[in-house]
Amino acid sequence: MKKFLSLLLVCCLLLTLFAACTKKDDTPPPADDGDNETPAAETLKIGINYERSGGVATYGNSSVDGILMAFEQINAAGGVNGKLIEYEEHSMDNGSDSAEATTVATRLMTQHQVLAVLGPATSGAFKATIPVANKNKVPVISGSATADDVTGNFQYDEEGNLVLDTDGKPSGLQEYAFRICFSDSYQGTAMAMFAANDLKATKAVVITDTSSDYGKGLARNFVATFVEGGGTVVAQEGYVKDETNFNAVLTRLKGLDFDVIFIPGYYNEAGLIIKQARALGIDVPVLGADGFDSPDLLSLAGAEALNDIYFSNHYSSLSEDPVVTKFIADFKARYNREPDAFNALGYDLGMFVADALGRAAEATGEALKVALEETDGFAGVTGRFSVDAQHNPVKALVVIGLENGVQVSSVNASVS
Amino acid sequence: MGKHKKRILQLAFFAATYLAVAALIRAGTINDFSFAVIVTICINIILSSSLNMVTGFAGQFSLGHAGFMSIGAYVCALTILRRPTPLGFLLGMLGGALLAALVGLLVGLPTLRLRGDYLAIATLGMAEIIRVVFLNLEITNGAAGLSFIPQLVDWNWLFAATAGTLLLIANFLNSSPGRACIAIQEDEVAAEAVGVNTLRYKVTVFSLGAFFAGIGGALYAAYFYFIKPDLFGFSRSVDILVIVVVGGMGSLSGSVVASVLLMVVSTALQAYPALRMILYSLLLVAVMLFRPQGLMGSKEVADLVFTRFRRAEKTEKQGG
Repeated sequence: MKKFLSLLLVCCLLLTLFAACTKKDDTPPPADDGDNETPAAETLKIGINYERSGGVATYGNSSVDGILMAFEQINAAGGVNGKLIEYEEHSMDNGSDSAEATTVATRLMTQHQVLAVLGPATSGAFKATIPVANKNKVPVISGSATADDVTGNFQYDEEGNLVLDTDGKPSGLQEYAFRICFSDSYQGTAMAMFAANDLKATKAVVITDTSSDYGKGLARNFVATFVEGGGTVVAQEGYVKDETNFNAVLTRLKGLDFDVIFIPGYYNEAGLIIKQARALGIDVPVLGADGFDSPDLLSLAGAEALNDIYFSNHYSSLSEDPVVTKFIADFKARYNREPDAFNALGYDLGMFVADALGRAAEATGEALKVALEETDGFAGVTGRFSVDAQHNPVKALVVIGLENGVQVSSVNASVS
Repeated sequence: MGKHKKRILQLAFFAATYLAVAALIRAGTINDFSFAVIVTICINIILSSSLNMVTGFAGQFSLGHAGFMSIGAYVCALTILRRPTPLGFLLGMLGGALLAALVGLLVGLPTLRLRGDYLAIATLGMAEIIRVVFLNLEITNGAAGLSFIPQLVDWNWLFAATAGTLLLIANFLNSSPGRACIAIQEDEVAAEAVGVNTLRYKVTVFSLGAFFAGIGGALYAAYFYFIKPDLFGFSRSVDILVIVVVGGMGSLSGSVVASVLLMVVSTALQAYPALRMILYSLLLVAVMLFRPQGLMGSKEVADLVFTRFRRAEKTEKQGG
């Protein structure tokens, strides 16, 4: 009897689930038809496909916070050309899994019929949604996919010019993929130029996170640019994620003569490297990239160790640009905390897609793609940028300087 | 007589599923999204039924299934990136599965001398080694993984692989080596005492399980466009094990039912990120509380149907 009861329970559970699912799956198309008949209720559907749970949920949730604030502001101001953006029903979690990111993108494009999908945050998951975007002709846009080959695998001829296809588009371009952040190699190059030009460094040491593609890509471009500019790389050391003791490496380096240390990696290890280096008396400037951007850097390294630290970032809270100050004030009012780079990128992403929607000839993914490509001089929190032929933003990055763990300077740097 | 009926019922079920889904795809009722869910379900069925064969039926507790899956995925992806044709896919899938089986054989020989927890730890370590190898090889593109893999999986491939896996596993378990494996699970010492070469059968079933995991990995790579080593970590092995336990250790239809159920729940909750993990986990807790032996226990759907029939026949006879 007990067995029978529990079986019954399981069956009921199953039935309700199936009922819930079919209901969900069936509703969107009729609602669609309704929208077409009554133009007054017309909305612009934007899908959100982010890592809301799982391994990199912090990136996803931060980005979504920014996006939501952008869409709320747009809708409060009357929407885009009088049409509200519809996003709450189209916000999905991909569980930090790239296969699920593909499934969610497919769901949003085929079932919810959205005009564009924002996210995912990480390069791998974002790449997994691009074929779906090309197939359904719906743009996917990421705020933070920084891997070099995200928007396409481009080829260059002997003179370094981009190889074009017959239709004038770069060969290997992923037609429906866009991003609003710079790539890893761009940061490596920019930091090398910052070291040579602003810090007048000629001898550098590189300590790379060899377990991540991010670290390796940054190191490669930093070394190439630094050497090209006449500098020498005195030593290249490596570490893997989750290491905690760097004294062996640092003691070896202490005997060498160098002007600057570059640490391509994330804040967890970088914080400890800086702390241990300063404790050993290595007081040369330390450079990094956007992987340094976390409050944890301060708690790991301690304020007294964080002097002469410079890292590239998407935006600086010190900026006096009215767009940035308004964003920071609004964000504090909405969420009651300081915005980080992912919040800023998410906010820009929402504004960026709304800007293109406003210029699109009609409400289709294809028209939106054309409008995105034509973006020129978009003024965002993370800088003013245009979209180039490779679907990357042309923007300056910010180099943030820390003294006693506090941001004291921010310099706009660009690669020219 | 009963056995024949069972076999006919099985084949009829497979044929009906194939035709129904094919017809729905043609009619457009199953769109890209529903098909993506079906692909995930089928891959989970292949992975969980093969792990069930090793863990549920043969009693060898393995936590390394994702490792074998990654071998199949990488071999298939590398093949179809060079030859994006059905033949290339077939070769890649078989190549990946065979390589996975070979690795299973090599790993199984020393580790299957261990039992229980020790074996679980050893297989866990093995899967980590496979992951780190893929992380550091040049050809697999390291941590960044392989992207823009051509999508070659359609319903025909998917059905052939899933139904083939289920039938082969069911037949294997009914064969003499299969029964030897079940004997090992029941009591290893007793099995050895009656002359079962335990190590040999354990290694056989282990590498056969690895073979099917490789098939599952190949389908994954040829449908989801993108693979990287991190996707095949410890947590994926656990995910597969969860399906096996929820479905019932020692029930192939249990693995099928659990694969469908868990995927449907997980997909339905995609829109509710805050509740997602809680509800999903609560469901698992509830199943374990009310059905600690899993949804199907160690019974198959066919068993349940036939016991009902037999009971009905009996009562009829008694009544008449």
